Amino acid sequence: MSRRPRDKTMSIDEVIGSLESGMTIGIGGWGPRRKPMALVRALYNSDLTDLTVVSWGGADVGLLARAGKIRRLVYAFVSLDSVPLEPNFQRARQEKSIPEVVELDEGMFQTGLKAAAERLPFLPMRAGLGSDVLVNNPWIETVTSPYADADGAHEELVAVPALRLDAALVHLNRADVHGNASYLGPDPYFDDLFAMAADRTYLSVEQITDTAGLTVDTPVQRLLLNRMMVTGVVETPNGAHFTNCVPDYERDERFQKAYAKAAGGDDADWQAFHDRFLAGDEAAYQDAVKAFNEEADK
Amino acid sequence: MSDYTRADVCAAAIADAFAEDGEIFGSPMGLLPMLGVRLAKLTSNPDLVISDGESLFLAGVPPLFAKADVVEGWIPFRRVFDVVAYGKRHVMMGATQVDRHGNQNISAIGDFAQPKRQLLGSRGAPGNTVNNRTSYWVPRHSSRVFVESVDIVSGVGPARAAAAGPGAAKYNDIHRIVSNLGVFDMTGAEHTMRLRSVHPGVTVDEVVAATGFELDIPAQVDTTREPTFEELTIIREMLDPKGLRFREVPEPEEATA
Repeated sequence: MSRRPRDKTMSIDEVIGSLESGMTIGIGGWGPRRKPMALVRALYNSDLTDLTVVSWGGADVGLLARAGKIRRLVYAFVSLDSVPLEPNFQRARQEKSIPEVVELDEGMFQTGLKAAAERLPFLPMRAGLGSDVLVNNPWIETVTSPYADADGAHEELVAVPALRLDAALVHLNRADVHGNASYLGPDPYFDDLFAMAADRTYLSVEQITDTAGLTVDTPVQRLLLNRMMVTGVVETPNGAHFTNCVPDYERDERFQKAYAKAAGGDDADWQAFHDRFLAGDEAAYQDAVKAFNEEADK
Repeated sequence: MSDYTRADVCAAAIADAFAEDGEIFGSPMGLLPMLGVRLAKLTSNPDLVISDGESLFLAGVPPLFAKADVVEGWIPFRRVFDVVAYGKRHVMMGATQVDRHGNQNISAIGDFAQPKRQLLGSRGAPGNTVNNRTSYWVPRHSSRVFVESVDIVSGVGPARAAAAGPGAAKYNDIHRIVSNLGVFDMTGAEHTMRLRSVHPGVTVDEVVAATGFELDIPAQVDTTREPTFEELTIIREMLDPKGLRFREVPEPEEATA
């Protein structure tokens, strides 16, 4: 018997196969940055339905909305940055095809993840007070501070409910087979919070390395996830495409434009995009992207 | 020096909004706010803390969208929320709608349950407006932006904050609204939007006609100050030599005739 920690490597299909319809799934990254797109694409093509999706939204939300996977969406924004509005998300909202939406303030979203990560039912904060976030989500309560402030008043604050997740999907640059993982770009986003807010966390990475390799040329502070937080590890090179995963790669703006054009076009436009890029597995997607870029370079 | 443009006037007016802030994080959303904040740092407020708009605090003041500069700190997205709650931040956001009470909407147009047009989502606006100083930038002043009542309240104006209690009102500070036509603040009757100044070449009547609610207008309306020679040099030669600002604020036709 091995005296090392467990090997948690999995395939994309094994990850998706372990999920169930009706689950609450958190998706890491931020807008069009370092999204676990290989896992999202597999989710898009799966039989899973009725999902609650919790995301700093980008094309992950757009794709899952387009595929009719989302019963409830929790977000603070959905954007592709260089394309400010996500056409598939816009379409879903305007056609009311997502039955339930929970639009939060960004800080509330982070606080909800923190509460879940700390196993608290809620955490207090100011964000949301006075805004329509509380009007459109009347189930979000306020809480009166038990402590008087300097004026003797007891402030009423938002009791941001914990955003507890059944599963989190995140994408980082490097990991070992046990689930220790580092981000090499400038921003950790909130992936550790997603992992700690979730019962299970599936991690895809650009590259699996041995444990010593994680810190051989990289400061230890870049280790964002440790294996206690991680259920499974998938090696998916270019797996965040077409979002960025710096320093491994920048966002594929040309491909993103093609995505946005298809998503904002008519049903035939989307069907053509789907058939060319999304109908197959991840290897087929990567081949199709390569062909697309070679064609565009000519 | 009279050959300044409307975009230059807007940049200087935005810089003025940050002039008295001291050593806090000047956080611009969008191109003209970024130009104005950097201009303020190079002129009226060298203590201002600026970022690359992503995850780095910059020690220098590079041109718009330049990649390299000396870094003085780390401000990934999660730390932005720390600074919001800490309060040492002045954000200038965009606004798809603003009403006379200073409420702002970037969420959706129409009914929230099924919007006519879905926008970004409320992003950080609810939290910004009850935590740190907040200003708005509107590049195309019209009655479609300045509406009687916003469809969705993302950013919270003073009256809504007061109604929500001291937890909301304590740090609510809607500082300036700068548009391509003028400069506004919230010092009108009952904390409503008031015209501070019209930009050179703009009349009060033009502003009134382009605003969908009754503005508080003082008896004597000032003209927004002209940018100085120093400011124009900085804008043209350092911060925006390619003239990106004209994409957001094109020169009005009558002024170029």
